[in-house]
Amino acid sequence: MPIITYREALNQALREEMARDDRVFLMGEEVAAYNGAYKVSKGLLEEFGEMRVVDTPITELGFAGVGVGAAMVGLRPIIEFMTWNFALLAIDQIVNAAAKMLYMSGGQYPMPMVFRGPNGAALQLSAQHSQAFESWLAHIPGLKVVTPGTPYDAKGLLKAAIRDDNPVIVLEGEMLYNTKGEVPEGDYIVPIGKADLKREGDHCSIITSGKMVLVAMTAADQLAKEGIRVDVVDLRTVRPMDVEAITTSVRKTNRAVVLEEGWELAGIGAQVVDYIQRDCFDDLDAPVIRVHQADVPMPYAKAIEKAAKPDLAKTIAAVKKVMYIR
Amino acid sequence: MAAKKKTDGKQLPGDATLRRELLQSMLLQRRFEEKVGEAYALGKIGGFCHLYIGQEAVSTGVLSMLRPDDYVITTYRDHGQALARGMSPRSIMAELFGRVDGCSRGKGGSMHLFDRSLNFLGGHGIVGGHVPIAAGVGFAIKYRGGDQVIACFMGESVVNTGAFHEALNMAALWKLPCLFIIENNRYGMGTSVERAAAIKDLSRRADAYDGMHGEYVDGQDVFAVRESMERSLETARRESKPVLLEIRTYRYMGHSMSDAVSGTYRTKAELDEYLKRDPINLLKARMLEAGDFTEADYAVIDQEIKTVCQDAWDFADASPEPALEALYEDILVDTTS
Repeated sequence: MPIITYREALNQALREEMARDDRVFLMGEEVAAYNGAYKVSKGLLEEFGEMRVVDTPITELGFAGVGVGAAMVGLRPIIEFMTWNFALLAIDQIVNAAAKMLYMSGGQYPMPMVFRGPNGAALQLSAQHSQAFESWLAHIPGLKVVTPGTPYDAKGLLKAAIRDDNPVIVLEGEMLYNTKGEVPEGDYIVPIGKADLKREGDHCSIITSGKMVLVAMTAADQLAKEGIRVDVVDLRTVRPMDVEAITTSVRKTNRAVVLEEGWELAGIGAQVVDYIQRDCFDDLDAPVIRVHQADVPMPYAKAIEKAAKPDLAKTIAAVKKVMYIR
Repeated sequence: MAAKKKTDGKQLPGDATLRRELLQSMLLQRRFEEKVGEAYALGKIGGFCHLYIGQEAVSTGVLSMLRPDDYVITTYRDHGQALARGMSPRSIMAELFGRVDGCSRGKGGSMHLFDRSLNFLGGHGIVGGHVPIAAGVGFAIKYRGGDQVIACFMGESVVNTGAFHEALNMAALWKLPCLFIIENNRYGMGTSVERAAAIKDLSRRADAYDGMHGEYVDGQDVFAVRESMERSLETARRESKPVLLEIRTYRYMGHSMSDAVSGTYRTKAELDEYLKRDPINLLKARMLEAGDFTEADYAVIDQEIKTVCQDAWDFADASPEPALEALYEDILVDTTS
């Protein structure tokens, strides 16, 4: 199977879906002539033309709304945000318009559209460019939210998102774009709402998604050297969440660490822990521990930036703690 | 930019049949909303409810000029446009009553009237939020190479939002067939336009975008609105260019049902002054003068419309509330394409 980058996987998904359905178009800042701020849309302008690969002014609220309007009358927009931090300017269109249209119209207006772009921190981008918004978006009924952590999942989930007749949020990762993995050529779908057991073990579950999948997999490798076998449950979709995959794993391992990129309060991990306490209370041999970003805006300076982020060392320490290993 | 010539009462535009239809459309909105006010007072309608009384020449003037395949989008003050577009009074009243036969199945209420069969893309509740959506509809029309237009109604307070500017900029940049229609009823809730906008002539906002035509229109004169629309449609439909109309009107009622009619922010004298130019009375007087009908004929029309409104009330009252299962319906569709 070909090994390609996460960026190329997304590019394949866009190209294949645009070729498959001429109602699909890509719109956002620098997606066309510049080939994408992160080159995800490389070559698409040349292939599909300027009506289907549309450079916008820097006007997130405006072009997100253009996507909503186009979706209402039968097109299938893919709205790219250069980063999800900038999407805050467009949150009215995502939350008040896209997520509500079907419901408040009594079922008359489905919203077949995708909002996508990189989410979370990269390196030394400081407070305004480093935020992970999974829990903000997952909070909203009327949206689906996917968080691919590997090239395979990136292609399959983006294709599923484009074909879905609902508004789907695709949270990519700037630090993931260059990561590589096996990706089949041609058509396949990763179903939205299905988690993936990325590593099997019986001592502890690490439940995670998105960029943190890589951290969890590396932690699993290192812990294996110490004889500790972990399940890595990659949620892949955080709304709707695959509760069964979580509880099945925890019932097997009886211990869980929940790893996420965002902040602690009202984070995705808080919801995962709630599912665990509700369905696996009698299965637990230790309290569940969460690993997340420190409860601070992201700083710039290297050492304190590292201290703010969830990482490998914190994840390994958390697994050992739930296993009562000193 | 200048106001267009006044229509002469003795040589009214159109024929008597058309004029009667325009009057009926406006009178239906008026009588319907009078019933709405009554139903609200009785507790049959809840939540936010914004009446359109006084502005009927705008909705009727604009929408009587559109084709059935054109699109319409508006704000939360949406009863007038919904009726003028041809939505059934029964389905609108049932929606206001929160009943299952409502146009939005009782899920939307007063602020969110939708009718897909009439390309009525809804009433929207966030000031300014629907203007980029209108630009998106214009984009889709162009994408498909159609010759429809979208009429986007908004209150005058919208012109101070970022969403308005972002949408108009893209509409002008990409030459989208959008009619941006400012219904300047002088008040954004309780704040007068003079206290909110650093510009007097709102249609001049069009000057900020190359190639966008703007003009102001007397919104109490349905013929003036139609005449302006005729020109604007030529620009939007034939040349695929956006147009900005500032239609000057006045809201006779409070901002919503919780706001007294004259409120603390305007005087009774001001309201009385505007009542002298009630759009329905103006049209009726001209039609009487032109010999279209007599007072007795008018009384018959009025009675017929009141009967339609009472029928809408009775229908809504008899319609059941949504079943509890409806709570979890229409959040997502389970289809893919």
